[in-house]
Order: sequence, then structure tokens, then C-alpha cells
Amino acid sequence: MAHSSGRSLAASLLLIALASVLPMVLQPYGIYLLSLWAVYTIAAIGLNLTLGFAGQMSLAHAAFVGIGAYCTALLGAHGVPFPATLLAATLLAYGVGWCVGYPALRVQGHYLAFVTLAFTTLVFLVLRNEAWLTGGIAGISNIARPRLFATPTAYLRLCLAALLAVSLAVWWLLRSPWGRAFIALRENPIRAMSLGVDVRRYTLLAFAIGAALGGIAGAFYAPLVQYIEPSPFALGFSINLLMMVVIGGAGYFLGPFLGALIAVLLPEWLRFLHDVYLAFYALAVILLLLVCPTGLLGLSERLLAQRGGRPAERADA
Amino acid sequence: MTPLLQAHDLRRHFGGVQAVNGISVTVNAGEILGVIGPNGSGKSTLFNCLLGQIAPSGGQVLLDGRDVTGWRPCDLNRLGVSRTFQLLQVFPQLSVLENLILAGQEHVGSRIGRLFGPRDAGLTASAERMLARFRLQPLAHARAGGLSYGQQKLLDIAMAFMAGPRLVLLDEPAGGVNLTMLGGLRDLLRAMNEEQGATFVVIEHNMDFVMSLSHRVICIAEGRIIADGPPAEVREDARVIESYLGT
Repeated sequence: MAHSSGRSLAASLLLIALASVLPMVLQPYGIYLLSLWAVYTIAAIGLNLTLGFAGQMSLAHAAFVGIGAYCTALLGAHGVPFPATLLAATLLAYGVGWCVGYPALRVQGHYLAFVTLAFTTLVFLVLRNEAWLTGGIAGISNIARPRLFATPTAYLRLCLAALLAVSLAVWWLLRSPWGRAFIALRENPIRAMSLGVDVRRYTLLAFAIGAALGGIAGAFYAPLVQYIEPSPFALGFSINLLMMVVIGGAGYFLGPFLGALIAVLLPEWLRFLHDVYLAFYALAVILLLLVCPTGLLGLSERLLAQRGGRPAERADA
Repeated sequence: MTPLLQAHDLRRHFGGVQAVNGISVTVNAGEILGVIGPNGSGKSTLFNCLLGQIAPSGGQVLLDGRDVTGWRPCDLNRLGVSRTFQLLQVFPQLSVLENLILAGQEHVGSRIGRLFGPRDAGLTASAERMLARFRLQPLAHARAGGLSYGQQKLLDIAMAFMAGPRLVLLDEPAGGVNLTMLGGLRDLLRAMNEEQGATFVVIEHNMDFVMSLSHRVICIAEGRIIADGPPAEVREDARVIESYLGT
């Protein structure tokens, strides 16, 4: 399957390796941005699995990240060590993702987008209103990082190690028969079902695994920022994650790496524009999608195909 | 001996339209049953009811005497029932080889075992044999979406055979296939029937193809069976001529 070829994995490993040596030349804010990139990439890999490979529209990913972040922050506040909070966040998000997958068995496309949108809103409201548990709008502060990774550089390396582990695991999964079944689910669920693919089970797995990756991202996000409140996990973040996947190239293994990089760096590059930066940011995204609706990787593939004299075709590379 | 497949008084209506109106049919192991009838007569709906693609409004479907009415297609597939569709249904983004591996992988081991097992679920060799049988070897690594219509049709049919099914329901396999390929397809299906004892139910409008291939033919009109018998007999049936074949 070209969509998760060895070259894609090699390129992603190269990016991670590059990020791990960059702290030597970066200021603390740069290190923070790199850590954020690693965390966003993990979340976007999860959404790419659900949406890009398995074809299940989801605007629920911000909620999964939020669930992971709050789970880590709340358990951490009670002295639970980070590895245990990470495991709990992953399992909780997996379970919630499995449940959110059920509507996908009945509705698809725009309708599924609305269902998952409603779920994100519901989680946001719980995070905001159930102050006895979540701290409400005051949020949770003083979230501790694991003792061995307390410095920004050490924590960045921990985030990169997590990204490496997630990348290898998802690459393996996509190259296994499961990955083929996810693509079958995206391309033609009726035919897939007639060939023995349990579409119902794979749909739920696509949601649950994608959600678990969101939970992992959340578990690393909370100690990174050390203070969480509900607004970063609202619908806007789901759309931001969707943008990362689409701009990088939905259904391309490397897509989330590039999409997250743009989502983190573009606002920084446009910061000199001050008040109008958001308008330019939106314009840049619109132009990017007009030029390459299949994302950056789709564009590069099209250009390569044209150079080779072959007609362009989507290749999930 | 218990028939391989039985439908008893199968019914399916869409609002006021009775697409399948009390069809009872039996398919014996090793038999090739042709299904003919005018467009809109209920042939594909019958297939969809038999295969769990849509739930019948009434009646019963038995496989080896076991009631499988309303079972999901994936569960029926694991019991050895496979199908093709009227319209092409390959996975265009996957290679030809991967389409075939996909068609067989869910029959190999457990789901968890497949996650940690080999990428091809150990099916490359049997997929290559299937490619050879359908003369698609040179295209093994080509993207399925880039194949010609006829080649995709062959791949579509090959996929239905990948898991070694006992019963295959083919919906218009000859549609859009050129004459040279058509002869090859008929010989292939006949060989699979004779050598492997595979049982087929074939919906087809190409009378020469279906009559020369089938052991028995049923004709459906307005959701009912109006003729059932050997091909030559059905071809001469007055009701079949009147409602479908014409003079």
C-alpha cells in the first residue's frame, strides 16, 4: 500500500530526528512550539486514521484531546504518576471514541459531522459547567511534568519519543490487513461487507483508535502548557485539526506531520501583521486548498506525475 | 440432500411497489442457476434479500437448512457465500493484488492475529494463482482504478472467488465485457463449477451467455417466478417470450 510506504515512514522519522536536535539552536519559545507540533501531530495522526484512511467524518477530535488532557491533569493532581495517567487517558478516549463511533453506523458525511460536532460541544459544556470536577472556566493549573522531563528540552524529547512510538504503531497498523480494511471502508463499504469485512467493527475501531491517539495527544498537552481550561478543546480546535489533516493530505501517512507544522508555524510567521493576521491566515489557508485540494502531498504527487508524463492520480502516498 | 440455498415466499416491498413478491427458489450444491427477467423485475432485489444487503419484508432464506434471513453480508460471506454487483465494485486506490488479498483476508485467522501477522495475511500465493486464472498477472501491481472496464470486471469476479466460496451470486457478469473476454469468462466459470464444485446463481441479460452456462434457469417478472426449468425449456416458454424475450 503506497499510502503508508517505507518512504513516508522514513520522511516522518527524519522530521522527528530533525526536531530532536533543533533545541540546540532554539529559544525556549521555539522549543515550546516544537513540542506543540509533536502533540498536534499525534492528534492529527488520530484524525487522519479516522477520516483520511477509514473515511469517517469527525469533528469530535478536540473533545478526545480534551478528555485526555483533563484525565491527565486530574489524575496527576492526585499524585498518579504520568505513565499511569497516560494509560488512563488513552483508554478513556478509546472507550469514548468507540461509543461516538456508533452514530457512524447509521449516518455518514455531513450528518456524521453534525453528530460529532454536537459531541464536541457537549464535552465542552461539561468541561465548562461541571466545575466540581474540571474547575470550570478557572481550569486546572500547576499541572506537573514528569520529574525526569521537567525542563522544556527534556519534555520536548519526551513528546518526540511519543510521536515516534505513535508513528511506528500507526504505520504498522496501516500496512497490516487492518489498514487495508480501513481503506475498503472508506472506498466502498457495501463491497467490503460482501467480502467479509465487518464494516461495523472496523468503523468503531477507526473511531476508537483515532480517539485514543487524541487522548494521548491530550495527555502530553496538559503537562506541556501546565494549565488547561475548556476553550482550547472547543469546536474551533476540531476544525483546526481537520485543517491540519486536509492541508497535509488526508489519507497520506505524512500528511499530519506537514499539516501540524503549518498550523503551528503559519500563525507565527504571520504575527508581524498584528491585528489583520487572522484574515491573512484564513486567506493563506483558502489559497492553499484552492491550489491543492488534496493537500500538500497530493500537490507534490500531481507535480511528480506531470513531470513523469503520467496522468495525475490520487495515491495516498 | 439439503439444498445449499433455499428461499421461501421471499417478499420485499418499497412503499407500494412489491419488488419481490413471494419468490420461492432452491439452489442445489454444484448447480448453476440462471436468473433472467426484464429490467425492474426484481432480480437484483432478490439477490440483495438473499445476501442480507437489504432485509426482506417477509419470507425466509435458508443456507444448508439454517435460517440466515436478514444476516449481514459479512457473516454470510464467512459462511462461504460471495457475490458480485451489477456495477463495478473494485477498490480503485488499491493495487490489483491488494484487492484480491482484501477479498480473502477476513477469512484468515482472528482479527487480532491479522493485526500482528503478515501484511498479506499469507494470501499472496493464492492471490497470484487467482490472477493467473483470470489472466491478470501482468497487472498485479497496477492500481485497480486504472484498469480497463473489462479488466476491472474480471478482477471484480476474481475477488468473489478469492475466499473459496461454496456459493457465488453473480449480478450481470457479462455486462460490458467484450466477446473475446466473454467466452473466456464462461469457460472459467464452467471450469470452476466442474473442478471445484462451486455453485453459481447468475443474473444475466445476455441470453447466449446465461443459457449456455446454466443448468437451470428461472425467469422473474413483476417480482414473481414465471418459469423455472432447463434453459431450452425456459427459452420456449410462452410467458417468458411474452414478458421478456419477445418474438
